[in-house]
Amino acid sequence: MKIAVIVPAYNEENAIASVVSDINNYAKSTALNITVIVVNDCSTDNTKNIIAKLKCVALNLPINLGIGGAVQTGYKYAYENNFDYAIQIDGDGQHPASEISKLLAAAVHEGFDVVIGSRFIAKEGFQSSAIRRFGIQYFKWLNRFLVNIIIHDCTSGYRLINRKALKIVKNYYPDEYPEPESIIVYSLNRLKIKEVPVIMKERQGGVSSIGTFSSFYYMLKVTLAILFTFLRIKFKKGN
Amino acid sequence: MEKIQIITIGLSLLFLIFVVRLIITGKLREEYSIVWIISTTILVVFSFWRKGLDVVSHIMGIYSPPNLVFTVAIFMIFIYLLHLSLIVSKLQSQNKQMGQEFALLKQKLEKNKDE
Repeated sequence: MKIAVIVPAYNEENAIASVVSDINNYAKSTALNITVIVVNDCSTDNTKNIIAKLKCVALNLPINLGIGGAVQTGYKYAYENNFDYAIQIDGDGQHPASEISKLLAAAVHEGFDVVIGSRFIAKEGFQSSAIRRFGIQYFKWLNRFLVNIIIHDCTSGYRLINRKALKIVKNYYPDEYPEPESIIVYSLNRLKIKEVPVIMKERQGGVSSIGTFSSFYYMLKVTLAILFTFLRIKFKKGN
Repeated sequence: MEKIQIITIGLSLLFLIFVVRLIITGKLREEYSIVWIISTTILVVFSFWRKGLDVVSHIMGIYSPPNLVFTVAIFMIFIYLLHLSLIVSKLQSQNKQMGQEFALLKQKLEKNKDE
């Protein structure tokens, strides 16, 4: 069982080394076959030199693609190199590697294609800001309305997908703010999605990909993207 | 022929020559020049045929001929802007794919170098 852990990193020189070593230590202690893939999204700081020395596969993008494009690069690598599972972990240290077991258990033992690590099912650990929680509520409603599944934390970047899902996302993955939109992609492709509770920490370095001022733009853009993705896949299938 | 007619004919012909030169020197691709060639040709035609604007407006039931000019021009500009957005979207997605392939290839190359 080959597992890829994809870490998208944009200007994460402070946090990236500890994130990667956290995952590698976890792999060692559990004897799992884990490969860390760091995707450097054309960082302007020292991220590139730092990851070159770490025990990981370093993918350096020549242009800044945004989080979605960076994660997709990792997914393409995982697919081409025959990995069975790909786990996305944010480069800022919010996602402790010890929670991988919970995601993996749902995929391996229960047969789910997509497993999302949620910070809201069990109210433990860092719970995020009020405005972000409002956005998450809104997307939860939107997802439920369109594809009739309830995901409590659809902005969570801590998720695991199997090879079946990899085959889909290597061809299509949203560029900007991909997390809520990709849930629509997965469910319209009839993949089985499960949400498991995980504990998250407050970010150790870097800034969120969503600034306070761009929150409104974020909501609008993701709403449009979700609606159009929904229509596109619906029409393509002709049902 | 009136003075204004000579000025408009001269200017539209100059513009047409400019567009053609851009294509010849390879600075403008043919597919993006079509709309420019068509609109300058229309300009040239209407500069020679002064009554034309009144005739066409009358046929379309527009009272004031200048309104026809604005309506047609704005409509064409919108269509062309949409066309440009389309090109930008295509370029962006091609650019993304190229960047990703580049990163994957570079990693493969460096791995081979190490071995």
